[in-house]
Amino acid sequence: MMNCKEATQLLSEKLDRPLDTKEKVMLGVHTAMCSSCKQFGRQMEDIRSLAKQYSKGDQTDEKE
Amino acid sequence: MIEANPSLSASETPSAALFYDPEFMEELRSQMVKFATLQVQDAQLAEDAVQEAMLSAYQNIDKFGRQAALKTWVFSILKNKLIDLLRKEKRTTVASQLENGPNLHGDALMDHLFKENGHWQKSERPQKWDDPDHGVENEHFWRVFDACLTALPEKYGRFFMMREFLEMATPEICHNEDISVSSLNVTLYRARLRLRECLEDNWYQAKESGS
Repeated sequence: MMNCKEATQLLSEKLDRPLDTKEKVMLGVHTAMCSSCKQFGRQMEDIRSLAKQYSKGDQTDEKE
Repeated sequence: MIEANPSLSASETPSAALFYDPEFMEELRSQMVKFATLQVQDAQLAEDAVQEAMLSAYQNIDKFGRQAALKTWVFSILKNKLIDLLRKEKRTTVASQLENGPNLHGDALMDHLFKENGHWQKSERPQKWDDPDHGVENEHFWRVFDACLTALPEKYGRFFMMREFLEMATPEICHNEDISVSSLNVTLYRARLRLRECLEDNWYQAKESGS
């Protein structure tokens, strides 16, 4: 069984490389049972999109 | 082409007026220098890259699409210059020397977040972020975000920004920085762990507890 430490690492690596089938299945099983890690997975994607907005300078648009 | 009278085209574009706003320019310059220094690790190289990016933005102001903010555009020019610099200069710094900073990182961070069996410590379980976009319009949110980025150990912040801000691919970062894919993946993972925790503690949770 995959634990949360391993699951969260894969949820991060998912943003940097394609996961293989075995990893996808194991991760799917884990996040189906673990709401904390499911939450974590969503937040990894949120962080990516926040970083994108930050580096594009969107946060200053309100001034214009 | 470049001789196409930059001062004339500049004066015709409304956003070019920002180039004459000393306060705006100084703030933009200092943000760019901070960002560039972290990436290239050399104050002089960083300063040069920023100057060049600003000059190039000014000279090409007529190509500047009105839909994008000036800052976005100047930053995108700077990003390309930094990527060129990073490609040109094979890093000499040993990556592990960069792991510093006052915060928990490495194994201490892992022990803080996870129990011995690898499951979340109860107090550290990720909480629901009611609306991740909430606050994106808010200047205060971005101050928190900025503070959380700055608080990352240097190595974490640097690789995180290469990946997420400069949008460089993993193999390219590994090649330029002379680190293995697995060690980059672990560094990015830990950077995201820390950033996530920091945002949750200082924005998403802080908001709920009524501050």
